[in-house]
Amino acid sequence: MRKAFSALMEHAGKTDKKTIFFTGDLGFMALEGVRESMGDRFVNTGVSEQNMVTAAAAVASEGFTVFCYSIAPFTVFRPAEQIRLDVCLHNKNVKIVGNGGGYGYGIMGGTHHAIEDIAVLSSFQNMRCYIPFCKEDVEGVFNSMMDRVGPAYLRLGGGQKPEDLELPKYSHTRKLTSGKKITVVALGPVTLNALTAISSLNKDEIELFVITEIPIPNFSSELQESIKKTGKLLVVEEHVQRGGLGENLAELVLESGLSCQYQHLFAKGYPNGLYGSQKYHQKLSSLDPDSIKSKIQEMINEKK
Amino acid sequence: MNKEKLKKIKEDSLITLLELHMTAHSGHIGSSLSCLDILIYLYFQRMSEEDKFILSKGHAAASLYTVLNKYGKISDEQLKTYYQDGTFLAAHPPCGDDKVDGVIFGTGSLGHGLSLAAGLALSTKFSKKNFKVYCVISDGDCNEGSTWEAIMFAAHHKLNNLVVIIDNNGLQGFGRSDEVIKMMPFKEKIQAFGFDVVEAKNGNDFADLDKAFAEIDKNGSDKPKCIVARTTKGSGVSYMEDKLEWHYLPMDDDQYQTAIKEVRSNNA
Ligand SMILES: [Mg+2]
Repeated sequence: MRKAFSALMEHAGKTDKKTIFFTGDLGFMALEGVRESMGDRFVNTGVSEQNMVTAAAAVASEGFTVFCYSIAPFTVFRPAEQIRLDVCLHNKNVKIVGNGGGYGYGIMGGTHHAIEDIAVLSSFQNMRCYIPFCKEDVEGVFNSMMDRVGPAYLRLGGGQKPEDLELPKYSHTRKLTSGKKITVVALGPVTLNALTAISSLNKDEIELFVITEIPIPNFSSELQESIKKTGKLLVVEEHVQRGGLGENLAELVLESGLSCQYQHLFAKGYPNGLYGSQKYHQKLSSLDPDSIKSKIQEMINEKK
Repeated sequence: MNKEKLKKIKEDSLITLLELHMTAHSGHIGSSLSCLDILIYLYFQRMSEEDKFILSKGHAAASLYTVLNKYGKISDEQLKTYYQDGTFLAAHPPCGDDKVDGVIFGTGSLGHGLSLAAGLALSTKFSKKNFKVYCVISDGDCNEGSTWEAIMFAAHHKLNNLVVIIDNNGLQGFGRSDEVIKMMPFKEKIQAFGFDVVEAKNGNDFADLDKAFAEIDKNGSDKPKCIVARTTKGSGVSYMEDKLEWHYLPMDDDQYQTAIKEVRSNNA
């Protein structure tokens, strides 16, 4: 996903002289091409995320689009106030890019995970979070982000698309599989685990949607129809229970007057205090394919 | 330097500023008075129309509003809305560059202003525009790590169109700066970080400020500039001078009258 992003950035660097790229001293084996294509407009601001973000807001105020890159936790939490005030309250065209959202950095440990990022950032004025599903998805998400002038957060992760899956044309809400008994909605890369879970179940039963923007810009009618039809909604996200896809979607459901059974699989933090790979953490939070599969079966079997 | 002109502006500004604080019953008077002379000097003696200004110590907003009023950017009518419900002129400068002519960024949380100023200064390398950026920071601002990030950044990128003025009044939120957290010596520290640094002995005196600015102009280096201005919190109203409580207290009627009388007699 990071490579796909770098390629898009390289292109933007060549074609749009109003694009500036800041990195908080990260990007080895990833951003070399961006650095080359942007020349002086690529600035390694050093390991100082607070200054990076505020200076970016100031450069943006002179008519530029400024990217601020680091790994997800460093580019969100350390400069959270700088994002809140200088970027969001001033509605500046600054794109925060965080690599390795969720448990993406696995065994690197808790300092390197970002499982509360969307809760924090999506509560800020004017901010929208973009969470591509897989590398093929990055371009659509990137274009959507660039079309909207203003603060953005791009959460990159290691998502993959099954080879046989054909991605619908980009939209923040897309249906990936059709079925009658349950609606599953997943956020970004963890959608792959939901797809894997579904592949060993009866295909006609499960309607899977992927969502890639928070706050969800609008409640798609296709998703509303699906929830109305199945009466069962399972939300899957590699993010804590509060402030992510689950709460956002639950609110939309309530507002629209729909009623359904609701279950939520989310990042539980560090329930046993131990560390491991991204897959290890997903399993502890019941975000692995097997756990998602069991949850789907349990919900299908539950009486309405 | 037109001494008489500045003196007259200062008297008018003091009266307006005290009136603002009195009508609004607002605090931060000491902080406003501390940097008033610096702001007047910048706007009436130093800056061109293209230059940009960031007040990092946003709690001195009334001082900025007053000077922008004298400068013609804030109307008397708008100034009257200070502290009222539904105003752009809050106790700290408003967020967004479309609210008050002359305010590009809202400030009030310390440690942001210098990064904003550095970013603006850096932007000229991309835009090829030609402006200088002036930024007033407080000693409290210098407690913040982000201020030192910005100092390193400005020096590294040779932002010689950036001029930082430290309103060094030696007092901060809950004590004397020296007792809260040792930061001295500013000059040697910031020099070591890669700035040209000059001290203004009395930052509440136009002649001393003028001397300091003349000195940084002499040095045509590619380094960013810093003036460490020794100021007095509450300067110009003797019972407020160098007193922590005037960071917070509003004036009562008697105090207001005493202050106005002193300003008038000082300038008689
Ligand atoms: Mg002070």
